[in-house]
Amino acid sequence: MWLNDAISGTVLVLFAIAEIAYSTTFPTLHGQAYGPSLFPVLIGCCLMACGFVLIFRGLRTRRSQARALTSDHPQTDVGTTEFEANTTDPVWIRFGEWASSPSRRINMALVPGSLIAYILLSNTIGFMPLSIVILSVLLYRLGSSLVLSLGIAIATTTLLQLLFAKVLLVPLPAGLLLRWLG
Amino acid sequence: MDAILPAMSLVFQLDVLGVMLLAAIFGLFVGSIPGLTATMAAALLIPFTFFMEPVPAIAAIVTTVAMAIFAGDIPGALLRIPGTPASAAYCDEAYALTRKGKVETALGVSLVCSVIGGVIGSALLAMTAPVLAEFAIKFSSFEYFWLACLGLSCAVVVSTGSTVKGLVSLLIGLFIATIGIDITAGHPRFTFGSVEMMGGISFIPAMIGMFAISEVLRFIATPQDGQAIPQQPIKNVFRGLGGIISRYKLNVVRGGTIGAVVGILPGAGSDIAAWIAYAMSKRFSKNREKFGTGHPEGLVDAGTANNAGLAGAWIPALVFGIPGDSITAIVIGVLYMKGMNPGPTVFMQQPELIHAVFIVFFVANLALLPLGFLAIRLSRTILHVPRHVLIPIILMFCVVGAFAINNSVFGISVMLFMGVMAYVMEENGFPVAPTILGIVLGAMLERNFMSSMIKADGEFSGFFSRPIAATLGVLVILIWTLPLLRAGLRALSRRRQASSAEIS
Repeated sequence: MWLNDAISGTVLVLFAIAEIAYSTTFPTLHGQAYGPSLFPVLIGCCLMACGFVLIFRGLRTRRSQARALTSDHPQTDVGTTEFEANTTDPVWIRFGEWASSPSRRINMALVPGSLIAYILLSNTIGFMPLSIVILSVLLYRLGSSLVLSLGIAIATTTLLQLLFAKVLLVPLPAGLLLRWLG
Repeated sequence: MDAILPAMSLVFQLDVLGVMLLAAIFGLFVGSIPGLTATMAAALLIPFTFFMEPVPAIAAIVTTVAMAIFAGDIPGALLRIPGTPASAAYCDEAYALTRKGKVETALGVSLVCSVIGGVIGSALLAMTAPVLAEFAIKFSSFEYFWLACLGLSCAVVVSTGSTVKGLVSLLIGLFIATIGIDITAGHPRFTFGSVEMMGGISFIPAMIGMFAISEVLRFIATPQDGQAIPQQPIKNVFRGLGGIISRYKLNVVRGGTIGAVVGILPGAGSDIAAWIAYAMSKRFSKNREKFGTGHPEGLVDAGTANNAGLAGAWIPALVFGIPGDSITAIVIGVLYMKGMNPGPTVFMQQPELIHAVFIVFFVANLALLPLGFLAIRLSRTILHVPRHVLIPIILMFCVVGAFAINNSVFGISVMLFMGVMAYVMEENGFPVAPTILGIVLGAMLERNFMSSMIKADGEFSGFFSRPIAATLGVLVILIWTLPLLRAGLRALSRRRQASSAEIS
């Protein structure tokens, strides 16, 4: 995902303003000039300055892109493909290759999606069932066959369970399994 | 020096050596698979080191990383895809050798130079770190404040790409370091009432996110799988090597030194070391025109440099607690977890541990010779492992690893957030290394600033009242002002040129 620097800059400036505003609510130490707010405010100020530099740069590249566009036009024999490529060129946001194919868009969303699902559900459903589901879906989506995906998912989950829960004694959530067993 | 024997008995134990062997296999595997970096290997290891004694934990990381940096050369020579960023500088050159039918030479030079580079780096580490530590024992909070500033500024200056973006990256890291209970007043900052945020952003899930989740996302965004490996016999990679190494022995020494020095600089690791060494090699070569056509000279320099850089990065990490690269940033986190807080005191109080680290470095780099040879022989099989199968497995490992640090899903949230952020940052040319340095050094910077301020009664002049502190302070101010001065001068001369052009 490519962003014009002006967008990153704007985000940074807005973030910095909010951060500084919030930092000023921190208590000051009695009899001391420097308290907990000093570093956050300093960081916020520097971030804001960098943000403005990025906005300036982003606008400049955009302007030069636009200029290149207009100066290019007379020379090319306005072929349709050329024209299309040119008109879409100076953009604010450009997504990577993955955004053009719907299946890859889903794959891309699956990574944060499955992590969020794990964060929300692991306590109730448990590590093993959830891990098998997440792994087999991801494996299948990335191109393994259905049976192979399920097999690898079960094998990996068992390995992880043995390694972390049995050897390293990490209390992986048991979830549903506990209810069935208990 | 009496610490060497106890240190040896700490290292030469069956379990430590066993851990090192497993770590070596892991490192060779991860390093030779493109898209899986050495830093990611280290990040994936931390959950395991969490449950180990200090010496095997450090041994595991050192071995994994040394192996992975060499193994990165294998797909570089065979497929023209660097296995780790540290091999990117010379992967065209290695592939050109392969195209000429000299794949054995390419891999052999890579392996032997990696071993020599690793040994040079280890020797420099073992020689300079104790001396520096003796010097650093006199440092107070003033010196540490300036050192932290120096490290952070260095990270911005040497980072790849634009300086402003490097600075933004650093500031993001510093901001993340401020989250949690503040050290002076005990006030919770940016926690928004969350109890888990009060302890601060745990460093290890953040690392796993930035180095593993971001790679997972990058793979899914642009999957590259299944490339034909050239059908050349890879048998005796050591044939003709003696001639090459003895012809370029000066390059070996130069590459090793450049690597170690670049490694010491915070924020610059093996990848930058390899680029600089390759460029130097080309600049001073008698056969400059042969570079890029399958000439082993550049390979010798850069292959030595990237392995030497690994050990170099440990010098500031062990002596001052300032990481020399992203991997040592992870190491510092592990050291704190093990109660082996980096700094000069650990050299005085636990010299056997420090010497054990040095010994581990030598052992790991010497073991690279036979194990790396084995990896070259098995390279075809390793490169056939489909990455679309590995990526989901790695994701699940990350989930469990991030959970295991605090036994809480909060670690997974941190990992997810940092992973997505690192991915977007790298897509837009923001280097990630300064963020990590900011996270590691932010607390150190603030703590030393605050205690210095209390000592100096709020007078800024206190920061320049001690000779070493004053020197460091002037150095930091120079680093900050030089780019501004240069930019100002450039703008001035441009304006003058423009006006003179108008007149004429």
